[in-house]
Order: sequence, then structure tokens, then C-alpha cells
Amino acid sequence: MTVLVLIEHDRGEAPEAAWEGLTAGRHLAESLGCELAAVVAGEAGAALADEIAEYGADVVHVAEHELLGDYGPDAWAETVRQLIDDIEPTAVVGVGTDRGNEVLAHVAARLDLPFVANCLAVQPGDDPDDADEPWALTRVQWGGSLLEDASVTAGLKLLTYAHHGVAAEPADSPGAGSIETFEPTLGDAEAVTIIRDRAVESQGVTLSTAPVVVSGGRGVGSADGFAALEELAELLGGRVGCSRAVTNNGWRPHRDQVGQTGTRIAPEIYIATGISGAIQHWVGAMASKKILAINTDPEANMVVKADYAVIADLHEVVPAISAEIRRRRGG
Amino acid sequence: MSLRILVCVKRVPAPGARINVTDDGQSVETAHLGFTTSPHEECALEEAVQLTEANGGTVVVLTLGPPEAEEQLRYAASVGAHELVLVPTDGTAWDPQRTATALTEAIEAQEAAGGAFDLILFGNESADSGGFQVGVRVARALGRPIVNGIKGIEVGAESVTARRAVDAGSEVYELPRPAVLGVKEGLNLPRYPTMRGRLASKKAELVTAELDVEAGGQRLVALRQPEEQVSNTELLGDSPAAATAVVDLLEELGVLES
Ligand SMILES: Cc1cc2nc3c(=O)[nH]c(=O)nc-3n(C[C@H](O)[C@H](O)[C@H](O)COP(=O)(O)OP(=O)(O)OC[C@H]3O[C@@H](n4cnc5c(N)ncnc54)[C@H](O)[C@@H]3O)c2cc1C
Repeated sequence: MTVLVLIEHDRGEAPEAAWEGLTAGRHLAESLGCELAAVVAGEAGAALADEIAEYGADVVHVAEHELLGDYGPDAWAETVRQLIDDIEPTAVVGVGTDRGNEVLAHVAARLDLPFVANCLAVQPGDDPDDADEPWALTRVQWGGSLLEDASVTAGLKLLTYAHHGVAAEPADSPGAGSIETFEPTLGDAEAVTIIRDRAVESQGVTLSTAPVVVSGGRGVGSADGFAALEELAELLGGRVGCSRAVTNNGWRPHRDQVGQTGTRIAPEIYIATGISGAIQHWVGAMASKKILAINTDPEANMVVKADYAVIADLHEVVPAISAEIRRRRGG
Repeated sequence: MSLRILVCVKRVPAPGARINVTDDGQSVETAHLGFTTSPHEECALEEAVQLTEANGGTVVVLTLGPPEAEEQLRYAASVGAHELVLVPTDGTAWDPQRTATALTEAIEAQEAAGGAFDLILFGNESADSGGFQVGVRVARALGRPIVNGIKGIEVGAESVTARRAVDAGSEVYELPRPAVLGVKEGLNLPRYPTMRGRLASKKAELVTAELDVEAGGQRLVALRQPEEQVSNTELLGDSPAAATAVVDLLEELGVLES
């Protein structure tokens, strides 16, 4: 019996999510008392084998094919499907990133099997050898605002773990990590969805990596109103964010939106001004280490849930904070 | 280049500060909530309308949901959709495999009657259940390519160029037509309905397609709330004078250096 983990990577570079997936997959393999294997699509992935072993994988399947030089959902999914035929795993798991969910969905569609996205907990049936016994899972709905207890019945379980749901942690004793190369059969049908080109649009800190995010909501009142927030963000080496009310009004571009259908942030401090704190905004902000709400309404959800609050007009408070920072810096 | 475009949308509740669950745990408590279309799908619809405005053609909107989902279809017509199709459910949440099978059948029937779609758009994931798979399953069943996470679309004579947003920029894909795309909010800024659009939407023809398909292997047991983060909010002030306390805090957190 084997748990197979799909290792996400971009031309040989693995994001944190890859290690989260291996950690979660290892816990699952332990609970099943079975082997942990990993699959990487593309030769460039072979360079990750040592690190994959540190997370406990016994075998690293490296798929080699000229169509695996860059990411493509069909090429990756077809590769995984062919490996499934070979090694007959009990479960194939990934992490619920854009790529992780996309590839697992393609695998599931190919095999006409269920796929459970964004799990937080996975409880195999009592008899691990009985494929017909349902597994109990907990997954997220509403981007994390609601939990769903679900059951899945399938000979092969396909699932992703919610991104940031498990912390990446190397194994106490590393796995053998022995590399097994294989050559999937891929062709035109898989080639059509491979990345053709890339465009770099921003450099330096992005909203999702900024140490400080200063956000404005409907309370800012206009596009011009964001100038004061820009100034504060710049003084703090941070980025400006916003709520959906703001993007809907065309005051800021969508890439600044924090929330369920925007960006998830995790700064040292999130300064949320003129934002009521609707649940869809909150899920994007809740990973912030500290939250300061600036709002005229002491009952606003953002204020109630924040660590710190200033109950006053943001148009007066935000410039006052910038002025105080400049004063202390002596200028 | 006249285009025939299908957009699949889902009716979802629009909760505010909190999502409450019914006593039996089977659904979201919606007694006091309005309903909406997921932001991703609003953008899918806007894109389809813009593409047919520029090239000529037809936008068909399809939803699988309770009969009340007519509200979301009428809204779609009010912002420019031409034809509306409802696949009614009994109001329970259908699992992703079942949903995809029913949508595929409905699409095949639409194509048999009105011609093939040049482009089919889905939201990247539904706002509520977030299964991240229905579009992929439908595309696969129809034998068409699909890429998710799309925030930019250009339709050419033979192919569709699609831009997927990643942290520092974008990835570009080029799919042969006919293609399917899973799109995200940010693709465009959806318009609001005009009064004329609203009036016209009341008269738009709505086709109901009853379909009975088998359930898939995933079953909802119960919904529940995550443990709430309780926080004793520390009040730093109620006037601009609070700036001193705020900057003290920033200093303490170590984000003031530079
Ligand atoms: C499926 C779905 C997905 C969604 N995804 C997102 C998402 O990703 N991100 C997101 O943000 N929203 C999202 N929303 C929308 C969300 O439900 C709210 O509508 C939105 O977040 C509200 O934005 P807001 O807080 O700026 O506006 P409001 O709710 O109108 O709040 C404005 C706040 O500003 C305060 N205020 C007003 N004037 C001042 C002043 N002068 N000084 C200080 N405070 C002031 C008010 O007290 C109030 O608290 C989504 C909704 C749905 C249904």
C-alpha cells in the first residue's frame, strides 16, 4: 500500500506548499501504516529528491518527458494517471494551491473518481485494506469560513490538503528517497495546456508577502482617498490593500483586494481602515499576526475581531500616524 | 467572427459577518440572507457579454440549482445575457461529480439544439462549496481543453489566449478553440444592470431542463463553524491623538525600522 504525494514545483523550484503536502501525506501514510512515495513531473524535479527524502518519502518517482519541461495541467495529470496504473496507490494527495487543485481535478476527471479539495483532516476507514469503506474528511468551504465534514467512497482516494492547513515539518527519520524514473506517454492532447509564455508584472514585495498591509474599504470614500494609505504603507515598507467594495467601485485594481476572491495575506500587522470585516474579507486577513482596525463604528466586525482598534475617522487618523512616524524619524 | 459563449453560474447566499448553519447541519441558514452569483462567475459573464458586444454572437447562461436560481439567471439577462437555462435541483447540494454530469448533459442538449459553443466559461471555484473541479470534469467529458485561474482572455480565429495570474505576474496559455476556461475575479469590472436591462430581463426566455443523474462518491455529512478566534480588542484611542499609541505599537512589533 502506498500514499502518493504530488510535488508542486515550478521548473525545479518547490514552493512551501510542496512540503506541506509531503508532511500531510506522511501523517496519512503513518495512520495507514504504509509507504510514502512522491511524484515530480519533469527532470528538473529530480533535484528535489534529497529534500523530499527529508520529509520521509521512500520513493521519488521522477517523470521524464519533453512535454514536462514546464507546467501544464493535462501533461501533469496524465503523468500521474499513468503512474497510478503502475503503482496502484491507496491515495494521491496534493495541496490546494491553484496547481494542486487543478492537477488533482484533472486526474479525477480522467478516472471518473471523486476528488475532495482543501481538506484539513483525513480519517481513513477502520480497515485500510477495504477500499469500499468510506473515509471521513473535514474540508473547508467558503474559502475557510465554514467547515464541512464529508465522507468519500472510492477505490482510490484523490484529495488536496488546504494550503497553510498543515505546517511543513521534516520527518524524524528521513526516507530512503530512492529515485525511480519513468517515461509517461504524452502527446498533442496533453501539449495544448502547457504554459506558452510568462509575464513578470511586479517585483519586490507583493501583497501576499508584505510585512505590513494598510487596507482601505468603502469608508475611504474615493480613489483619491487612498493617497494617505499609500503614504503610510510606504513609510512602513508595506503594501496597500483593499476590500471588494473598493474594487467594485473601481477605486483600486483587483490585485489589491484582500479576501476570499482576492489575495490571502499574512503580514506582521494588518491595518484595516474603513472596512466592516465581512466574512469573505476576514478569511483573507485572518492569518495576519496582528490586526489594527480603524473604524468609526465600534460594533464593526473588523473592530470586534481585531487585536487593536482606533474608533475614529480614518481620514484624520491615518495622516496623524504618518506624521507621528516622520516626527520620530526626525524629519 | 460571431461567438456563441456559454457561462455556468451558481446561486450562493451572501452572508455578512458570519455564516450560520441550519440545525441539521445540512446547509447554510439563509432565512435572513440575500443571494448572489459568485464574483468569479460575475466576471465570466461580463467577459462573455463584452466578447459578444465586440464580435457579435450569443451569451447563454446555465445554472444548476433550486428553482429560485431563476433570480441569478434574470440578473444575468439584465447585464446582457441572451438565453437562460436552468437545471433544477431539489434544493439539496449536489456533489461535484453529479453536478458535472448534469451540466455536461445540459450543454450537449444546448449544442444539439443551438450549435456548438466557441467558448465555455466557469468560475474558478464556487463561492460556497469550493470543490475546484466541476469545470475540469465538464471540459474533459466534452473533450475540450481547460485551464483554470484565468484573469485575461483574447479570442482568436483558431485559438484562445488566456492569462493566469500568479504571485509576481502571469502565465500565458494558448488553447485551440473550442475551449473551456475557469476564470477569477479581476478578469474585468462587471457592469451594473441598467433600468432597461432590468425590464428586458423579465421577458427573457428561460428554458428549464430537468435532469436526473446519479450521485458521486463524495457526501456532505455536516457543516459546522470553525472555532472562532476570540479577541479582546485593545482600544488605542478614539481620536487622531491615538497616533502616538499606534506608532508605539508599530515600534513594539518591529515594523518601524528603516
Ligand atoms: C462570494 C463572495 C465573495 C466575496 N469576496 C470578497 C473578498 O475577497 N474581499 C472582500 O473584501 N469582500 C468580499 N466580498 C464582499 C463582502 O461581503 C463585503 O461586501 C465587502 O467586504 C465590504 O467591503 P467594506 O468593508 O469596504 O464595505 P462596508 O461593509 O460598507 O464597510 C465600510 C466600513 O467603513 C466604516 N467607515 C465608513 N466611513 C468611515 C470613516 N470615515 N472612517 C473610518 N471608518 C469608516 C464603516 O463603519 C464600515 O464598517 C465577497 C462577497 C461574496 C458574496
